Amino acid sequence: MAYTEDDLKEELKNKEYKYGFTSEIESDKIPVGLSEGVVRLISEKKNEPEWLLEYRLNAFRIWQKMVEPQWAHVRYPKIDFQALSYYSAPKMKGDVKWEDIDPEMKATMDKLGISMDEQKALSGVAVDFVFDSVSVKTSFQEKLKELGIIFCSFSEAVHNHPDLVKKYMGTIVPTSDNFYAALNSAVFSDGSFCYIPKGVRCPMELSTYFRINEANTGQFERTLVVADEDSYVSYLEGCTAPSRDENQLHAAIVELIALDGAEIKYSTVQNWFPGDKEGKGGVYNFVTKRGICHKNAKISWTQVETGSAVTWKYPSCILKGDNSVGEFYSVAVTNHYQQADTGTKMIHLGKNTKSTIISKGISAGHSNNSYRGLVQIHKNASNARNFTQCDSLLMGDQCGAHTFPYIEAKNSSAKIEHEATTSKIGEDQIFYCNQRGINTEKAINLIVNGYAKEVLNKLPMEFAVEAQKLLEISLEGSVG
Amino acid sequence: MTTAELTKKDTFLATFSALQFNEDSYFKGLRNDAKNELNELDFPTSKTEYWKYTRLGKIVNNTYTLGQPEKIDVSNFLIPNLDAQVLVIVNGHVVADFTSVDGVTVTSLSAAKKQNIGGLKKYFNTLSQNKKEIFLAFNNAFHTDGIYIEVAKNKIVEKPFHIINITTGNNTISQSRNLVVANVGSQVKIIESFVNVGGEKNFNNHVSEFVVAENAVLEYNKIQDKKETNFSIATEQIYQEANSNFTINTATFNGALVRNNLTIEVDASNCETNLNGLYLGKNKDHIDNHTVVDHKKPHCNSNEVYKGILDDESTGVFNGKVFVRQDAQITNAFQQNNNILLTDNAAAYSKPELEIYADDVKCSHGSTTGQIDEEAIFYLQSRGISKKGALKLMINAFAKDALEKVSIEALHTYVDNKIEQELS
Repeated sequence: MAYTEDDLKEELKNKEYKYGFTSEIESDKIPVGLSEGVVRLISEKKNEPEWLLEYRLNAFRIWQKMVEPQWAHVRYPKIDFQALSYYSAPKMKGDVKWEDIDPEMKATMDKLGISMDEQKALSGVAVDFVFDSVSVKTSFQEKLKELGIIFCSFSEAVHNHPDLVKKYMGTIVPTSDNFYAALNSAVFSDGSFCYIPKGVRCPMELSTYFRINEANTGQFERTLVVADEDSYVSYLEGCTAPSRDENQLHAAIVELIALDGAEIKYSTVQNWFPGDKEGKGGVYNFVTKRGICHKNAKISWTQVETGSAVTWKYPSCILKGDNSVGEFYSVAVTNHYQQADTGTKMIHLGKNTKSTIISKGISAGHSNNSYRGLVQIHKNASNARNFTQCDSLLMGDQCGAHTFPYIEAKNSSAKIEHEATTSKIGEDQIFYCNQRGINTEKAINLIVNGYAKEVLNKLPMEFAVEAQKLLEISLEGSVG
Repeated sequence: MTTAELTKKDTFLATFSALQFNEDSYFKGLRNDAKNELNELDFPTSKTEYWKYTRLGKIVNNTYTLGQPEKIDVSNFLIPNLDAQVLVIVNGHVVADFTSVDGVTVTSLSAAKKQNIGGLKKYFNTLSQNKKEIFLAFNNAFHTDGIYIEVAKNKIVEKPFHIINITTGNNTISQSRNLVVANVGSQVKIIESFVNVGGEKNFNNHVSEFVVAENAVLEYNKIQDKKETNFSIATEQIYQEANSNFTINTATFNGALVRNNLTIEVDASNCETNLNGLYLGKNKDHIDNHTVVDHKKPHCNSNEVYKGILDDESTGVFNGKVFVRQDAQITNAFQQNNNILLTDNAAAYSKPELEIYADDVKCSHGSTTGQIDEEAIFYLQSRGISKKGALKLMINAFAKDALEKVSIEALHTYVDNKIEQELS
């Protein structure tokens, strides 16, 4: 019997999420609820300086006045912000050595395929592992220090490099930016901080791995990457969570600052628990990611989105400096009852700024997958150039694929192109492959992978392999 | 909702309250429904997504008096060499007499309501209920008059209708209303010119409904040419039945603030829908085209091309939406918007949207904003055409392309000449 698209659909239906295990780690979790007291408590637990507490309280007051945004093309029950716990940390001793880490935690890392052991590290990726609300361990810190690179957890940075944190934190995503950004600014627990000094090319990939373990918690982390003049860094981010019946909330902020001539490559492989086949459970992923490019700088966002029950995320570039470049490459896969509303914003302020957007959406099951993007050319942005391509692939007649581009031009020398297509895998394409002796199963494989390749090619090697695997989970059933 | 805005709505309501309608209870009931709807609606603000790029201050902050019927010489507005039946609306009132044509009912909407003819009750107001749009609700509640055209089954109307919709006077407000029913197998072409005779800041809030029955073919050509300081909001609601063909060509040459809301509901199989638009912005013109094509049934095609040339400090807005519902398999939908900005003070906002729930479809859209290709200019220059001449040639070609589908020859020539005139 030949393998048909229906068989693939059947397999898709039955595919399990393989990162769905929970770890039995004793944790220090504060009671549910959100109030000024909770904000103070988090700050106290982290032993924070006064200015940061003020920053949090200010954000909390702003948040209280805001209302949840409703405009995204996603539907989910109203979140009860008082029913969540805003801080959960695995119990650990003060100064953590690798040997002292809870074996269960090590086992968790192993299961997730994260290598913290610097000797055994295969590829030279420095990892910051964030478990629930805190950063557990950062590898290769010493080696990076020799080059003047700072790579540590956000809490460490607050204590050891307060000037840098104070100077840049909240400059790209201000506390009042949006509902979830304000919430994050009030209750963020940890995250990663990275500073690359002038002219330094970071020799290894820096990476953060986020894991939500506890039930009924929200994870709110911040990532701040500062690339000083003419430096280069490639940054990776990965996320998973256990399968639980309740929904978990993840609301992060990522700020990237590329000073003159710097280049930041930021890649995300997002694989939060997407909920089960009936759409029960899963992570709500409401993330604000934004970067600023100064003169001749470049920021490149690459994302592979396969997880989360609901995704709401628009990694953006503010192209402030002349000749700066912004890029966005995305593959978003939704299955079962997942909903994704994702895209990017390219804001052209400087002259000769360029941006490229490639977005590929794949929807299956009962899912809905939307691209929402903004390209804005300001009045003084002469010779700005944008190219956008967003394609959607529908697998099944119960899913939806949508495109909502916003294109705003205020300069007569701007050149903007946008194109989008929506289709299903062409029978003629499959027939063409069949003709050449490729069976239908392989043909679908070939077409889907070829379709997503443009984006996958942009990922750093280590992640590309993982991303390919993720795509297989979501699309190819048990193949491979 | 602030008190200030409430007052603005109240001012509008007060202006209309002087109107008396001598109609039967059915039509009065429809007006009352709309009035009730108005209680819950308010003018859009900068936060209203549907009006994101269009500020209504110019329209809303003004105080109006009701436009009155007038006898006006329309010879200036006739299209040369066009053999058409001319129908005239002035400030929302129908003024000219009609000659009836075999197989076609042509009358004023108010007369049609009195005589209760044909498809009127069946279709009137059915497409425009409960859309939660304040301007539509205002028209539903307080429209004065307009044209009613019903084409009998299988009647092919050779001679097009030319509706000349005129506004006059300073700070006048008028609400005209048309209904066109093309019955099974019929064919008809309509031209409507929106113009003004003198006057500043007059505002026309127009609504047209079109029903295109099985196998019918309907072409609607809309020419918007109001001089600088006048405002128009036009809402068109179209309903297509099986195997029908509907084409709308919208040419906006002038208008201080123009907003077109076009909704096409394709509720049966094998339909074809064409939407073409051209907008030429000058001075401080603001031209906003919102279109919705809603594919509900399988095997339909839709084609949409909107082009804009924006000069001086003008603004062009395009928001196109294509829905493909779950049942609408094998749909081909195409959507395109191209803009050329001639100055750095002009702005183009483009939002081509696709919302797709069926998997066996081909849908694509494209949007560009840019300038005339320099290589093309160079090519023409190398053949001895001056740079200015080359630019003019290219811009004209760009603009004319949008209205290629106009099938009435005299109108085609008229529009082409008009484009050259406006762009020179």
